[in-house]
Amino acid sequence: MALLSKKDANLILDPLADNNPITIQVLGICSALAITAELKASVVMALSVLFVLGVGNVVISLLRNVIPSKIRIIVQLIVVATLVIVVDQVLKAFAYELSKTLAVFVGLIITNCIIMGRFEAFALGNGPWKSFLDGIGNALGYGVILIIVGFFRELLGSGTLFGIPVLGDPIRKTGLYSTGYENNGFMIIPPAALIVVGIIIWVQRSRNKALIEEA
Amino acid sequence: MAINTEKNSYTVIFAAVMVIIVGSLLAFLASGLRPRIDENERFEKQQNILYAMGVNQNEGEGSVSFIPTDIVEEEFAKYIKKQLVVLGTDTKEREEAYLIDMKKQLNIIKNGDEAELPLFIGEKDGKEFYIIPMYGKGLWDAIWGFISLDKNMVVQGVVFDHKGETPGLGANIKLRFFMDDFTGESVLDGNRISGISVVKGNNDPLNNDKEDNQVDALAGATITGNGVTAMIKETLKLYKPYLETIRTK
Repeated sequence: MALLSKKDANLILDPLADNNPITIQVLGICSALAITAELKASVVMALSVLFVLGVGNVVISLLRNVIPSKIRIIVQLIVVATLVIVVDQVLKAFAYELSKTLAVFVGLIITNCIIMGRFEAFALGNGPWKSFLDGIGNALGYGVILIIVGFFRELLGSGTLFGIPVLGDPIRKTGLYSTGYENNGFMIIPPAALIVVGIIIWVQRSRNKALIEEA
Repeated sequence: MAINTEKNSYTVIFAAVMVIIVGSLLAFLASGLRPRIDENERFEKQQNILYAMGVNQNEGEGSVSFIPTDIVEEEFAKYIKKQLVVLGTDTKEREEAYLIDMKKQLNIIKNGDEAELPLFIGEKDGKEFYIIPMYGKGLWDAIWGFISLDKNMVVQGVVFDHKGETPGLGANIKLRFFMDDFTGESVLDGNRISGISVVKGNNDPLNNDKEDNQVDALAGATITGNGVTAMIKETLKLYKPYLETIRTK
């Protein structure tokens, strides 16, 4: 027996490809630009969103029948903000080093439109298990793009991956740099992320014509 | 039982109950975790002060590694001989001066009052280190750190940290390749205590020239770099009267 029914599996797999929150729905772009200059930050952000979206979707789904529709957006915001603060405080107490890496992202997680988007579009209308899968799926879809963008920006911009030099030493001109190769400073500034995301969207749509909108 | 979630009274009650639950949850959590968080922050300060005087576990050219938290208190007691507060040219010994918040002291100075500026005297292998806390502004938010000087006003080590600088750009001020450049630079300009500037294009990326009061800037982090320059300069200005009394002329 499969672990998940086909429908449930699609909840996870769809956002990874044909319904990706970044490349198809174009949500969460702000954080994709801000923090993908290095791979490590991308991974940390992806994991944080995975947690917040997974748990948040379940909470909203459990509350969906009692939340007054007039103030639902505020309720959603409070759920995200509470989760983020709880994570931040617990990390500060038990994993201080990690919490310092995360501090920058706390604000970015709260304002991430993917989270509010999934609460509003999915968790308010579906049960907790489905919402959980949807949250995980969307967070993974978001994380995959973040990591791809982070990979290229760090490699081309700084010549490192996870902070480890992979192309040689640009100052002492060793490795690839001895051939005259230079780091592309443009890759570490935010506009480069737009271009990389744009290329991903282009590749994805040229492989699957059905994704192209009618002009 | 179906609840009418559209009624105003229900909305108000829901909001009130939610605020109470969330508020007490967060208050409970914050006060419960406070002691642990405080302890972590204390250890971090001790680690930073020791790092600036070269007591750390760095290996080769790799990453920053502090003294582990489980032994940092013993090491701190072992290497830091005196904790002082500086008032002009005078000093007073003060227990736990390292807990003084530099940001608050700078605010006191801004208001024209007399502040208590912490300074630590460390000793390692018979050599004295004067370690000074710094606090300043980066691009997005606060930056801070410690700088340690010897009697000749030569930098023995620095450590920087930041609250919200851009990852991969300004955030790199806390990496070895940037911080290590400061070591060996003199903060003297001629015979005057001035500071060290983070400058672009000084044609010295390996920082071989230790006499120029300059270190190579980080690409894409001009404002953070300027913030570091300003922070060092402003801090040394405050400590100058005292530093003049200890330095070898």
